[in-house]
Amino acid sequence: MKKVITGNHAVSFGAKLARVEVIAAYPITPQTEVVEKLSEIVSDGELAAKFIKVESEHSAMAACIGASVTGARAFTATSSQGLALMHEMLHWATGARVPIVMANINRTLGPPWNIWSEQTDSLSQRDTGWLQFYCENNQEILDTVIQAFKICEKVSLPGMICLDAFYHSHTSEVVDLPEQKSIDKFLPKYDPKYKLDINEPHTFGGLTSPEWYYELRYKIQSSMEDALGVISETGKEYAAITGRRYGLIDEYKTEDADEILITAGAMSQTAKEAVDLMREKNKKVGLLRIRTFRPFPKNEVRKIIKRAKSAGVIDRDISFGSEGIFFQEVKSALYRESARPPIYGFIAGLGGRDVTIDEIIKIAESMPKMARNNEFTWVGAKI
Amino acid sequence: MKLTIPEIEIMSSGHVACQGCGATLAFRYALKALGRETIVVIPACCWSIIDGPFPYSAAGVPLFHTAFETAGSTASGVRAALDIKGIDNVSVLAWAGDGGTMDIGIQALSGAVERGEDIIYVCYDNEAYMNTGIQRSSSTPYGAWTTTTPAKNFKTGPKKNMVEIMVAHKIPYTATANIAFPEDFIAKLKKAKSIKGPKFIQIISPCPAGWKFSSQLTIKLAKLSFEACVFPLYEVENSRYTVKKPNKKTDVREYLNLQGRFKHLNSDAMGLIQKNIDEEWGLLLKKERTSDEKCAETDAKA
Amino acid sequence: MPQKKPTKKLRNKKDDVKYITFQRESDLPPAAISLASTMYNKTGKWRSIRPVIDYQKCISCMICWKFCPDAAIRIVSEKPQIALDYCKGCAICAEECPVKAIELQEEKK
Repeated sequence: MKKVITGNHAVSFGAKLARVEVIAAYPITPQTEVVEKLSEIVSDGELAAKFIKVESEHSAMAACIGASVTGARAFTATSSQGLALMHEMLHWATGARVPIVMANINRTLGPPWNIWSEQTDSLSQRDTGWLQFYCENNQEILDTVIQAFKICEKVSLPGMICLDAFYHSHTSEVVDLPEQKSIDKFLPKYDPKYKLDINEPHTFGGLTSPEWYYELRYKIQSSMEDALGVISETGKEYAAITGRRYGLIDEYKTEDADEILITAGAMSQTAKEAVDLMREKNKKVGLLRIRTFRPFPKNEVRKIIKRAKSAGVIDRDISFGSEGIFFQEVKSALYRESARPPIYGFIAGLGGRDVTIDEIIKIAESMPKMARNNEFTWVGAKI
Repeated sequence: MKLTIPEIEIMSSGHVACQGCGATLAFRYALKALGRETIVVIPACCWSIIDGPFPYSAAGVPLFHTAFETAGSTASGVRAALDIKGIDNVSVLAWAGDGGTMDIGIQALSGAVERGEDIIYVCYDNEAYMNTGIQRSSSTPYGAWTTTTPAKNFKTGPKKNMVEIMVAHKIPYTATANIAFPEDFIAKLKKAKSIKGPKFIQIISPCPAGWKFSSQLTIKLAKLSFEACVFPLYEVENSRYTVKKPNKKTDVREYLNLQGRFKHLNSDAMGLIQKNIDEEWGLLLKKERTSDEKCAETDAKA
Repeated sequence: MPQKKPTKKLRNKKDDVKYITFQRESDLPPAAISLASTMYNKTGKWRSIRPVIDYQKCISCMICWKFCPDAAIRIVSEKPQIALDYCKGCAICAEECPVKAIELQEEKK
């Protein structure tokens, strides 16, 4: 069934189709519509779920952890400050190995107050052990919520779906909603081997000495590595029922590209248009969109970038004192290639400033002329 | 032989509590009261350690160790999962220390009880952060030494009255308990188990290491806290107070003098403590009388 | 506290003592999930004084059993019996015994 819906509602409908059992959430702009819609869906009896209206995001995550470790499929959504407040519990969810799925609407962190798009909030959670997906459009948002449950439950790790404030959250697009029946087949009921169960009492998370804590961390890393395969496999299975296939990355006209742009999230849609316009002028530009940020698809990124003359990473985020976060990750993926092209970093669109087609074209056009040792560029900043 | 508390032993020996630990007795009693149909959530507190190192546990029931400030919220999640699965014979017990309840965990607790979560929240109160090495909490009483309130600069504010904070949330059941009276604690837990909605019990659990007394005196001190009305035993059921009175209210000095944490106090300070206890005790008895009248009125109207 | 590590899994029915040993990462459960009780941990070795019950004086009131934080007093034929494997020697039992039937003896090292 096709519907014109916002990115926020795509999240809500995705959660509904995944038949989440426990939702715990706290309101924050621009996430509110996600939980408003879900409240409506639960109140109307369209989804058999418990909705805990917690008093903070920290509690939202704690409640999701409690629910998930008791064997329920748990879901939450947040943004920005809310995600930052959850930080402690993000680590807790990973250590407890609970496959909670969360939508994060990428928004700036204050001060100053600003409610617009920026990806620094979720990227600064990169070391928490959460899978992270960055979506391009509302259809992908809905599809990724559903897939994330399957992926996360397979690898026993939590996962985060990231969408951009307003560009996705409040913008309507046509979204195809799959049939519940086919999703039920795709995503069976969550039934973990170990859970809080009076018939089989176990204690979870007791004091663990250095003798085995280390190995438990190794397990998390090895599940993250497994996730690379699981994500591709799940993408294939999902394509079989919906015709829409997603993987770790998304290539757009990269095969013969001299210059490859690298983006994540909503900006990728603009970048694709920029690529088309440049192609019309016979400029060999392509786009690599990073969909899965954790686990990071090093091999895929390496394979594509190494054949270009140069690559430019556009970050709607910054790691202060360093550089763009995607920029760091992409460069690190290429480290082992002896013949790697120059990779340039571009900071753009912080605080929800529009990144226009013209700007992206300017970025691509600047790359062939750039000095190889160029650090990174603040695009369009009045400096 | 006649046992006054259930014989069933769910908590196992071999746990790593200090000698004479009051908090451990409290947990042993709690499981005797609630039985095996219990899921426990424990935030950071002495019990994070007492329970034993992985892969062992003294609990005997399913237990989830959670972050310091999340007993109320994690327990809410557990309850929600049980509800959605239609499991209705299991009590969810949040088991937290005074710091995890009254300081860092008060927000999640307040949120949980305000939402009316069907959980039993027990605060085992040893009046300081004992697990981290005896730092003052908002439950530390006036006059007490702790490592962050040295004798020269002892704590001068009163102990936070958590029971009244819970009562203000209009929850169906709030009570205090004392490890010296396990029959009473067990009866209160059983009552709590039978009531739907949020229940809060604060149990005084003397700590030999933190209060500086010799381990065999744990029960004696707990008893004295009741007899001197330092830690009164009472229940508040739907706003009605029921206070258990000692046969003879004793002088607080007997209680204070047995503990190293009060040994720096002069007679003026001890006199002030006595005066405050007398006032608080009078106030509590007044609350009992007025709540009884009010409830009687409401009952009559109904 | 050192953890005893026998090579074989042992099981003592009476006290349900079970030792868990891991050799490598793959032996571990997926997270830090307990697999046995704390009965493996013989906390009796912490003790410096030993409570000894004088059964001539004992009236089987079970107050000692009731107040033992270590659940180390067992009821055997209606009488209290101290499980010395676990008794840490806090001496609450001796303090609370109404007929002073529990004597404290210094533990010989």
